[in-house]
Amino acid sequence: MLGIPLLSLVIWLPIAAGVIVLATGGDRNANMARMVALAGSILGFLVAIPLYTRFNPLIAGMQFVEVEPWIERFHVNYHLGVDGISLWLVLLNCLTTPLVVIAGWRVIEKKVAQYMAAFLIMSGIVNGVFMALDSLLFYVFWEAMLIPMFIIIGVWGGPNRVYAAIKFFLYTLLGSLLMLVALIYLYNQSGSFNILDYYRLPLSMTAQIFIFFAFFVAFAVKVPMWPVHTWLPDAHVEAPTGGSVVLAAIMLKVGAYGFLRFSLPIAPDASHALSGFMITLSLIAVVYIGFVALVQSDMKKLIAYSSISHMGFVTLGIFIFNAIGTEGALVQMISHGLVSGAMFLCVGVLYDRMHSRQISDYGGVANKMPMFAAFFMLFSMANSGLPGTSGFAGEFMVILGAMKANFWIAFLAATTLIFGAAYTLWMYKRVIFGAISNSHVEALLDITPREFLFLAVLAVGVLGMGIYPLPFSELMHASVNDLLVHVAQTKLQ
Amino acid sequence: MTDMQKLYLLVPMAPLAGAVITGLFGRKLGRSLSHWITIIGVAVAFFASIAIFNDVKQGHNFNGALYTWMTTGDVRFEIGFLIDRLTVLMMLVVTFVSLMVHIYTIGYMHDDDGYQRFFSYISLFTFSMLMLVMANNFLQLFFGWEAVGLVSYLLIGFWFTRPTAIYANLKAFLVNRVGDFGFLLGIGMILAHFGTLDYASVFSRAPAMASETVELIPGSPWLVISVICILLFVGAMGKSAQFPLHVWLPDSMEGPTPISALIHAATMVTAGIFMVSRMSPLFELSETALSVILVIGGITALFMAFLGMVQNDIKRVVAYSTLSQLGYMTVALGASAYSAAIFHLMTHAFFKALLFLGAGSVIIAMHHEQDMRKMGGLKKYMPITYWCVVIGSLALSGIPPFAGFFSKDMIIDAVRDCQVPGAGFAYFAVVTGVFVTAFYTFRLLFMTFHGKPRMDHHTESHLHESPWTVTVPLILLAIPSAYAGWAYINPLLFGDYFGNAIAVNEVHDVIGHLREEYQHVSSAGIVLRNIASLPFFLALSGIFSAWFLYIARPELPAKIAGRIRGIYVLLENKYYFDEFNDWFFAGGARRIGNFLWRFGDLKTIDGFFVNGSAKVVSGISRLVRELQSGYVYHYAFAMIFGLFVLLSLSGILNAWFVKP
Repeated sequence: MLGIPLLSLVIWLPIAAGVIVLATGGDRNANMARMVALAGSILGFLVAIPLYTRFNPLIAGMQFVEVEPWIERFHVNYHLGVDGISLWLVLLNCLTTPLVVIAGWRVIEKKVAQYMAAFLIMSGIVNGVFMALDSLLFYVFWEAMLIPMFIIIGVWGGPNRVYAAIKFFLYTLLGSLLMLVALIYLYNQSGSFNILDYYRLPLSMTAQIFIFFAFFVAFAVKVPMWPVHTWLPDAHVEAPTGGSVVLAAIMLKVGAYGFLRFSLPIAPDASHALSGFMITLSLIAVVYIGFVALVQSDMKKLIAYSSISHMGFVTLGIFIFNAIGTEGALVQMISHGLVSGAMFLCVGVLYDRMHSRQISDYGGVANKMPMFAAFFMLFSMANSGLPGTSGFAGEFMVILGAMKANFWIAFLAATTLIFGAAYTLWMYKRVIFGAISNSHVEALLDITPREFLFLAVLAVGVLGMGIYPLPFSELMHASVNDLLVHVAQTKLQ
Repeated sequence: MTDMQKLYLLVPMAPLAGAVITGLFGRKLGRSLSHWITIIGVAVAFFASIAIFNDVKQGHNFNGALYTWMTTGDVRFEIGFLIDRLTVLMMLVVTFVSLMVHIYTIGYMHDDDGYQRFFSYISLFTFSMLMLVMANNFLQLFFGWEAVGLVSYLLIGFWFTRPTAIYANLKAFLVNRVGDFGFLLGIGMILAHFGTLDYASVFSRAPAMASETVELIPGSPWLVISVICILLFVGAMGKSAQFPLHVWLPDSMEGPTPISALIHAATMVTAGIFMVSRMSPLFELSETALSVILVIGGITALFMAFLGMVQNDIKRVVAYSTLSQLGYMTVALGASAYSAAIFHLMTHAFFKALLFLGAGSVIIAMHHEQDMRKMGGLKKYMPITYWCVVIGSLALSGIPPFAGFFSKDMIIDAVRDCQVPGAGFAYFAVVTGVFVTAFYTFRLLFMTFHGKPRMDHHTESHLHESPWTVTVPLILLAIPSAYAGWAYINPLLFGDYFGNAIAVNEVHDVIGHLREEYQHVSSAGIVLRNIASLPFFLALSGIFSAWFLYIARPELPAKIAGRIRGIYVLLENKYYFDEFNDWFFAGGARRIGNFLWRFGDLKTIDGFFVNGSAKVVSGISRLVRELQSGYVYHYAFAMIFGLFVLLSLSGILNAWFVKP
């Protein structure tokens, strides 16, 4: 590997870039801050590419591993690694950052350096979450992740931003505390903070159930699963566009990732025992939230609810315990990253022009913004799970996996075909179609080259992954099969 | 890749290339370049299809993968082609009608701002439809299935500033999604029980699965095959607009007329018919599914035809006729007469596209007026359109020797011989339907082209025949509408054209019976035999009734409508299906959504738990804060009070526990 610590680079390069951006100072140097941030985020993406090109899909275990002692007294290590489960999430994160920087280019006028820096630092920290193999290191990244997002919502957010930021912070912080307790328990049992050591640790059923629930609270809040989802619509509505994109595309994935990295392999027996519970919550997310999304009058809220419903597919796929379901969950995660990010960017494009997110303030946008309407159509269709877009692949796999488990689970999950189309296309109809509804719409101008750029990148991703998802799933097989084998073995003694 | 395989690939790719080029660069290319690019794309597909047809007739079938879409677990999802006699027939129908519609569009959409966009869409549609019929697996079938739904959505809403159009396209998409919901579950069941989505593997394993059961509701075992087939048929009900999922098709007439002809008459709506025929090895194993199909098809064939009798919008008459005719095809499927269904699909594609394009020609001449009450006497102004529509009407009504006569009579004969439960009802429905069909068809013809002109003077003074881009496709469609039945009935139905592309269980082999009956009879002989039968007389009396009511005694229809007010209002309101769906499904979903959101999310979770716990915390802290007053005498009082309580407590406890 030429001796380059690739993973460290993927984590620390964006963070370092963020610090440099901060050093550019006040808004007098705003343009410099933007340029540095763009360079840093693109560099951050470029250094992540070798992870893909040099990744060996035949190896189930961790690759590019780095281990350095950190706090020797407690056997805490700076321990990083990537496998087929985390690889795509890291790449998705690295792709999103430059898009967010571009999206905020002309829109953010105040405290530009801080805004850009927050996203760069955030990007590095989230990479850390996906790569940490030491549970204490993981916990540090996990909690650190909250800070930039808290600031992004609290400083650049909408009128009710303080309520939303605090709700977001407390909700997710409270969830994580129980996870810390579980990690300390696991350390006491195994004498190690190495996550991979926990996989081999025999645990009684009672202990597993407690550990499962401790993790569950932390991860379920992040996903978010019903009924701990109510922070998300508020956070999305108040967050600036970039914040919403990162929140939906990246932050929601850490919860689902946590289930795969911690809950399933550490407490396999509890996971099996509680799979009915998890599947029930997931299906409630799909159906209940499908209904709720239908009646939203705020575009961002609608997409936020649709996110919850789509993430229900992820948790459903994870707890079906077959390869097609688990890989479907992973594909759905990546797809949701692209699609929900794109949807929020589209709303951002409209919001920047009209300063409203209310569906009723729009109507007939297609007359004035045909190019935008075409992009928005594509992403709306992807959000409705149309075949040929990435949105279909994940949902399709999870439904097929569910069918192997039980007809009625698949039945309820498949209702998303109707719900997803209903709430997305009804919104599309009211916003984009129709005659020009008012003078504000009349004054709209179509997308700029800058907006075209980030929408086009995502459109290519959405279509590419829909037409040819093989490269994505191929890299997952070994790790997913390994995980499933592991989860099938009991830890009881 | 052999040359033939390259040709297979060329068929869908040529229209796709046209669609992508005009879709992305239409504005720069301009109008005429855009329509030439897409027309050439579709023409290439058409001529390639002819070449493939000739090759397949030699017995060269093909079944192979193009690329692997994805692998997961032990499943490999592929995109590939199955080229056999059924496929290639569909390819010919699709590319031919599409080519006609492309040419026709030049004239019809002449003044429209979205000219290039329209061509891009219809070429994209052609690509999607071809991928659907050429699929060799269920995944790709579903891809094409939803893709044609997407293009249909885009085209119904083509004039997106019209409120009715964007209502209709959303409705069409959602109703189709209800069907697709069943379809996807059926595909999921196939994967769960067969372990593959490849047609050939599924079909070869099907007989072994024939007696396996599954208990979806504990205690009531169902045949796996029955469940799968009914779920797949739910998909067909959506796409082929069968009762009760038919509601989207009449509204789809909001789209421009060329797509009504291409998508909502000739090709997309027949996807369900094609799909069931393709799956004949599965459907043959489930008598339950066949019964369901017979009954649904029968209801659609008859009750949708009734609605055609009272419509005044020229396109809607043709639309209800399409629903009814799709019902005929569905009945044929239920009777295991798959080849008859495909035969009718083909003839119907010709004459129904013809009727739609004819109606479109009238609509242009009338300056986009579609109400037949404001037409009349158009015959002398538009002779070419008139004679083409006459041919289409005769074909639709089943008058020999036009195409519809043969295909429809074979369906009726097949149902007559069918033994599956439900066949009796279906037979009644299709026979009665013949009268109704002939009546509404000629009602349209008479109201539009005959009698006194009822339009205003301005319109009348501008009436003229449509340009050649419109009339040439009409003539080219009129030719097969006239002769396709006569020419192809023997090879298609009795000459075993389909071979093993369609599987029929011997018990259900009604076409086999007909084959014995007609094997050595020429087309003329078939005509002679069948003009002595009931359906032919029903058709003639339908035409006569239409003539009597709309030419001889034009004041009568209003009187009759007044007499049977109740039935008339019921028909005029389309059995109140739309009202019910709007109230029950659309309204119900919104009511549930509002309840779950306001009561579940806002009140219970956020109001009670989240903000409630925050309030409890802040409430307690407020209490505790009150105690920290800062006054020394408060603290001193608390100390003395506490000491007193503690001492008395210890005294009481001593008295209770220690003394005895």
